[in-house]
Order: sequence, then structure tokens, then C-alpha cells
Amino acid sequence: MVRYYAKISGTGRGIPEKILNNFDLEKMVETSDEWIKTRTGMSERRVAADDKACSDYATIAAEHALQSAGLAARDLDMIIVGTVTADYAFPSTACIVQRNLGVKNIPAFDVSAGCPGWIYTSNIAKQYIENGINRHIMVIGADMLTKITNYKDRNTCILFGDAAGATIISRASDIDISRIIDADISADGSNWDLLVQPGGGSRMPASYKSVRERQHTVYMEGNKVFKLAVKSMFSSCEKVLKRNNLDTNSIDWVIPHQANMRIIEALGKKLKLDISKIIVNIEKYGNTSAATIPVALDESMRSGKIRHGDIVLMTSFGAGMTSGSLLVRI
Amino acid sequence: MDITAKVKEIIVEELGVDASEVTVEAKLIEDLGADSLDTVELIMKFEEEFDVEIADEEAEKLATVGDIINFLKDK
Repeated sequence: MVRYYAKISGTGRGIPEKILNNFDLEKMVETSDEWIKTRTGMSERRVAADDKACSDYATIAAEHALQSAGLAARDLDMIIVGTVTADYAFPSTACIVQRNLGVKNIPAFDVSAGCPGWIYTSNIAKQYIENGINRHIMVIGADMLTKITNYKDRNTCILFGDAAGATIISRASDIDISRIIDADISADGSNWDLLVQPGGGSRMPASYKSVRERQHTVYMEGNKVFKLAVKSMFSSCEKVLKRNNLDTNSIDWVIPHQANMRIIEALGKKLKLDISKIIVNIEKYGNTSAATIPVALDESMRSGKIRHGDIVLMTSFGAGMTSGSLLVRI
Repeated sequence: MDITAKVKEIIVEELGVDASEVTVEAKLIEDLGADSLDTVELIMKFEEEFDVEIADEEAEKLATVGDIINFLKDK
């Protein structure tokens, strides 16, 4: 039987222009630049324009990725968007991106997997490439968390930013060294209630009360999530490394989900990672949910930090509680 | 190394405080200046060092250095 491999053939990002820095937040809630920096590692984050939504930045990222892959939108066989802040409850953001890209008659759908949305969607794309059905799949991680942030809650409002990251996953040719080596996705539904947007779904439809009580914003039990984040990302990374007989010495770069610098540091310690191998851009963007990894990947590839042939381990954790890792040779 | 000494050593290392401050009565947050994330990181460190699982509900009750030592001794 013919064996197909998937690879990352293009990357892109769509970043809002507006910046919200720690000093801006000092004026909004009881906090300080120093407090935010020491607890999160963040200095600023981006905020989507009032008249822009998830699909707008996702489309920019998608076009950026097509360009870098040297592909046209008509070459795509599928569009998948990992997001928890879709333009609408329905239709999917992926269908709006599809319309924006001007393509028809291919599947387009969203995946709700919290922050690992891009890891989940990349894993789905990998399956469609490896089974030979598809050649090029647009995989987008995009979230507009500031649209669902409670700016009266000093514990959470400092954390979130908006961004979109896109990756094209394509069939690798026989002589290609680039490939997605392995992927792991998992979930632990028993802790779903630690990180949730309570309002707006079928459990709590929008009402005057739900709006008044700010139920349409992020609720998070930060300390519990912190601990689970470190443990889940660690075990996912370990699983993938072991399965491929690798240790962290054989990895060139690790791109962890950018939720909190202290989570990243704790994970790095547990993995016994050389800190210089960890890619971090949290100071500029904050936590952009499903966009953190594809945006960091795109930045690092365009700047020449990550090079052809490098082995990159990406790992994430989020609402669900979901987790996952992707091991890639670029 | 006994549990008491090990616990104190970890707290000194993780919180960057002076060993003399780490008495059994000392409260992690009020006396030793730990923030909420420090306490989570400490719990994770104890779990690793002593090879135990400390549930969130149990962890919330551990306010002082003595609480931690007694908890780990009972495990």
C-alpha cells in the first residue's frame, strides 16, 4: 500500500493592529504593569477592531499562508478552523473564510477544542492527507477572546488577546524530509467547568439576566487550570516523544501554548528543556487561544529562527479540558 | 532527609525566602509572600518530590508550612 505523509507547506498570520498594553489595563482594573509581568510574562496584546470578527483575521492569515506555500485558494481540498470565538453560533467561521477565499465545493468546518484548536485541526488534516484523500488542507487557529472578556475581572482580563494563525498541511513528496511525524490529542471532560463561557449556548440562552451578569464572558478557575495545563502538556509531550524514541535533546524547538509564562517555565522544567529552545511571544500577544502556536510558528519560520529540517514539538492545553501535541519536521 | 527539612528546603528554593523565615507557623501567602501561582507551583513541586497526588480541595487547606509537613507525613 502507498504510504502518504503530511507536511506543513505554508504558514501565515492575521494580527489586529490595535494594541492594549499593561498600562492601558492599569486604567481599567486594579492592576499594575509589574503585577501582570511577574505573573504572566505579558506586556501587551492585540485587540480586534470593533467591526471585525474571527473570519476577517482568519482570512488574512489564510491568504498569507497560501502565499508562503505558493498555492492558490482553488488548490485547497478542505478548510478547518479551530476556534471558540466564531463569528456566529452558526454557520461555521470556516464557511465564511471559504467564501472570502472565493472557493466552492470543498468541506469547511470549525472545531471547538479550546486553545489546542489548531493542534486538533492539524491532526484531522493529517489524517486526510495520510489516507490519500486530500493534497492541501487549510488549517486555521483563530480566536477573538477580547470579544468575550470581562473587563471588570482583573484576574482574567489581563490575559487575553486576539489573533489568527494559518497553516497549510499538504501531502509530502517522496523525497521530502518535511513531515508531521506524530500527533496526539486528548480531552478530560471531568474538568470542563474550570474554563467556560456560560452564556449564549443552549444551556443558558442570551437573556437580559445573562448579559447583566456578564455570563457571555470567560469564566476561569486559574489556579486549577494552571496545574492541569502543566501536567497535561507534559504528559502529551512525553507520550509523543516516547512513541518516536526521542528525547528533548533531539528536538530543535518547542512551541508551547502561550497562556502564561509561568506555565511555560514549569513545563520547560518538567521536560528538562534548555530554555533557549522554547519559543515565546507571549509578551507581545498574551493568550490568543487557538492562534498562539500557528502565529508563533509563522513568526519563527519567517524570521529564519526555525529552518527547513528542524524538529519542532508543539503542545497545547485548554477548555474541555483538551490537550494535544504535534511533532513536526519542518 | 526528613520530610520537615525537605519541605523547608523546597519552600526556600521556590519562594526565594530566607530559611529562618520558614517556621512551622509561617503562612505561605501572608508571611512568606507567595502569590496564588506560587502556591500552585509549590504544590506541584511537593507532588513531584514526594511522589504524591494532592487534590485541589486538599491543597486549599494547606495554609502554613506546618500544614504541609503534617499533610505529607500522613500520606
